[in-house]
Formats: sequence, structure tokens, C-alpha cells
Amino acid sequence: MAGLLLGEAAIRDKKQAVQTQSYGPESRGGAARSEIVISDQQIDYPKVIEADVLVALSQPAFDKYHSIVKKTGTIIIDADLVKCEIDKIYSVPFTKMADSLGKKVVANSIMLGYLQASTEAISIKSLETTLREKVPEHTIELNIEALYRGIDFRKKGK
Amino acid sequence: MILNQKEYNKVVKTISKNKLFVQGDEAYAYGALLAGCRFYAGYPITPATETAEMMSQLLPRIGGTFVQMEDEIASMGAIIGASLTGVKSMTVTSGPGFSLMQENIGFACMTESPCVVVDVQRSGPSTGQPTEPSQGDIMQARWGSHGDYEIIALCPNSVQESLDLTIECFNLSEKYRNPVLLMTDGEVGHMREGITIPDFKEYEIFDRKKPTKPPADYIPFLPDKGEIPQIADFGCGYHTYITGLTHKPNGLPSTDDAEIHTQLVNRICRKISDDVDQLSKVEELYLDDAESVVISYGITSRAALYAVKMLRSEGIKVGYLRLITIWPFPEKIVRKIGDSVKKIVVPEMNRGQIIHKVRESVGNNTEVLSLPKIGGVMHSPQEIAEMLKE
Repeated sequence: MAGLLLGEAAIRDKKQAVQTQSYGPESRGGAARSEIVISDQQIDYPKVIEADVLVALSQPAFDKYHSIVKKTGTIIIDADLVKCEIDKIYSVPFTKMADSLGKKVVANSIMLGYLQASTEAISIKSLETTLREKVPEHTIELNIEALYRGIDFRKKGK
Repeated sequence: MILNQKEYNKVVKTISKNKLFVQGDEAYAYGALLAGCRFYAGYPITPATETAEMMSQLLPRIGGTFVQMEDEIASMGAIIGASLTGVKSMTVTSGPGFSLMQENIGFACMTESPCVVVDVQRSGPSTGQPTEPSQGDIMQARWGSHGDYEIIALCPNSVQESLDLTIECFNLSEKYRNPVLLMTDGEVGHMREGITIPDFKEYEIFDRKKPTKPPADYIPFLPDKGEIPQIADFGCGYHTYITGLTHKPNGLPSTDDAEIHTQLVNRICRKISDDVDQLSKVEELYLDDAESVVISYGITSRAALYAVKMLRSEGIKVGYLRLITIWPFPEKIVRKIGDSVKKIVVPEMNRGQIIHKVRESVGNNTEVLSLPKIGGVMHSPQEIAEMLKE
């Protein structure tokens, strides 16, 4: 879902985007992976070769994928779900922050906001528009609040 | 049904809400509706189920029909029947279902019934790796049904092309009175990319030729000119007769006459094989001074193009040919490349299938190397580059 939202926001920004995923976990449980390539130019190879950014929200995901991140890249983890000993890493309590908003599921929207502020690969406006269209109607305002919590959290340099 | 501006508007209104960034599987459905498809029969299968879901949601809203069948051979039967009443028809499946459809694909060839089959290939044989992509059905597409026949098969490498080529599949099936296959794969099917819905005036729609003579003079399988007879749709007031048996021009069976069989089968093959030049769609890049060339199709071409650009930036003279039409095989184009290069590399997500046609086309003068990959993993650009460089 986060990958889909990022891709659609990138398209709204008039960029190119390709998203691929591991299939099935949404319906079958287990670790889910979404890869997304965003570019101003035509994207030939649809997969991530070296990642600029990795967001890992579980320990197995971090263990499996952290090695594909570039030396100059960014790794963002959920502070309470992933333990790691790498220094240059952004450890953010997405799940806890979501809990404080009253719904754990909006952790993803907080993460998207944080990711937007970290990379600026997509605009806030496009991300907000996409989120408004994609989430269930009764959760729109909560998700938007979550999105801005994530953006603010990053901007405050945390 | 003829797709006019009003019908087009209805389709676009139905599909375009929030549809900026979609999966290949969704794009097959959109392409079909834009081509005028109004009948879908199928049996859901990973990684093609999303197309069935789309069609089940969209078709009823624009006056079409969606049927979930008991299995894949019945799905083929249903789309052939629907097509013969004049409705453009499609089914979508993956390897295991494609195997089950083969008998009726042959029936559609023999009865010259226009229809479109999308095979979102997954890793086989048998049920194999349901969620993993593959290009393992390429030879089955050509030879899966028994007897002598020709098939048309196209291969998309992006979500936009999935939409565009589905429209093309319908046009070709109507034009040639033949089943046309879209040989795509689980990677393209599940990949999301941005798409543009073409304007009504931007794309061509071909509808089958209807009888021009009065009913009394109409002979169902006697072409007016060329090799393709006009179709009198069931229920339009003309007498017609459909059988998978060898039939005379009037449609009635004649199963022990060598001459009648030879004429019929040669005609249904020639209508496609004689047109191979017109049907050959390829993408050619960096070929002018190339010393080695990668020939690929479908999703594999995305890694191939990346590899070629990478090597070109190092000053290495490599070229890129992508087969958009895989059947009938664009032999002349491949032969011409073979005449001018030293080495051809053929990456495929199977153990080596189209490479046999490449070798057959170029003869012994050019080295042709297979780069097979199975298990549901895409080639990396690096491994293609290494083989091109060696």
C-alpha cells in the first residue's frame, strides 16, 4: 500500500515510477516487500539494484534487505520493531506514534510523511491527494494527521 | 459491437477514476474494453486474477457480460461461442490454465473464430511456482494444440504496452479471424506503472468483415479475396455452420478428401504466415554499429536495455532488439541482424525457447548464446552485460 501511494504521488508529480512487490502476504500473512523506482527519466529496469532508501518495519525485513542500500543511502526503521547496530540510521517510533493517535494502522501514513520529508522524492501535495483518494473515507482525516506527524517529526530533526 | 465515441466515453468514465498508477493485469482489462470487448469468460488463477476481478467489476457497468466458468477449457469454449455471435471476447489465464485451453485454441484456429487469450505466464511445469513470473509458455503458445496451424502472439514489457497491445490483439484477431495471444508474465502483470488512456481518435479499431452478399449467395468459408472469409455472426439471418472437422467452403464436414483438407489448412496457415512482414513488430535500438546484440522479449527486455545502455556508456558496441511479435517469428529481421554481428545473446526466463528460432534464422555464421533463468527471478542487467562483453 505504501509503495502504491508513493508511486501514484510520483506520477502526480509528473515523474516516472515503477512499483513491484512480493506477492501474497497481504492475503496470506508474512513479510511483505514493495520496491519502487522513481525517476525523471524513463525507467528501464523495474527493480531496485542499489537502494537510496530502505524502510524496514520488521526485523526480518531489515536483516534481509539492509545490504542493498547504497553507502550514501538512508535506512529508516521502526524504533520498537527493529534492532540494529548501524550508527547512521533513522530509528523512528512509527508504531508508538500511531498508537498515540489511537490507531496502529496509521503507522504507514506516519512513515510515508517521514519518508517524504527525508527524501523529497515526491511532493507533499501529491502524497496528500493520493492518500485522500486511497484510504477508506472514515479514516481520511486521521491518515492525513498521521502523514503530517511524520513530516513534522522529520523536520524537527529527529 | 462497434466501439463508437459514445461507447468509448462510457468505458473511459468507468475505468479512469483514480487510475493513474495501475498493474499490468488491470491494463489488459482496460485495453480489452477500449477495443470493444464485451464478453469475458474465465477461471481465476494467480498471477492473472486481478484481470478477472477488473472485468467482473467493469463489464456489467457497460453492458457487457462476465462469466466465471468451471475451468479453462470451458472458458475458451465460451469465448469462441460468444465471438461467433459477434461479440468481441477474451479470457485471461496463466500456465496451468493455458495448458487446459489448448484443445479449444485449436478449435478456434480451425473454425476461424476471433478471440483473445492473455497468458500471464508463471513458473511451471504443472502448478510450479504460482506467484512467480516466467516465460515458459513461449513454445506452447506456438505448438500447444495439435495439427497444423498458425498463431499470432504479442509480448508486452510495460504496463502501458499491456494496454496498447491488448487493443492490438483484438484488432488482429478480428482482421485475421484467428485467436491472438498476449504472452505476458507475472512480473508485468503485477507491476505498477503510470498509464495514459489513449484518446478515441488516437488508436485504431478493426472490426471483422461482415458478409457483403445476400444470404442466399453467402458461402461461409469462401474468401471473397485473399485468404480470410467474411463472418456472418450467429443470429444475423445468414446460414452458417461451425465445426472443428475439416470442412468444405460451405462449412459442412468433409473428412476424407485430401484436397479439401489441404486447401483449408494451407489457407488458415497462409493467411498469417504470408503476412509475417506486416505482423512483425519489433523495437530496435543501437543496432547500426553493433558488434554483439541482445535479443529479448517481454519483461526480460527491461534488463536487456539497461545492460545495453550501461555498456554503451563504456563505449562498447552492443545493440538491442526486442520482439514485440513473437509469433509468427520475425525471422527476416533476426536474420538481417545475424548477417552483421558476431554474437547474439538471448536471455529468457525459461531454459531456452525462442533461442531455437533465433538459431534457425541466423544459421551457423553467428554465435548465438542462451542466457536462461528460471525460478521466478528476473535477469540482472549485469549478467546480460557480462555475456555480451565476453
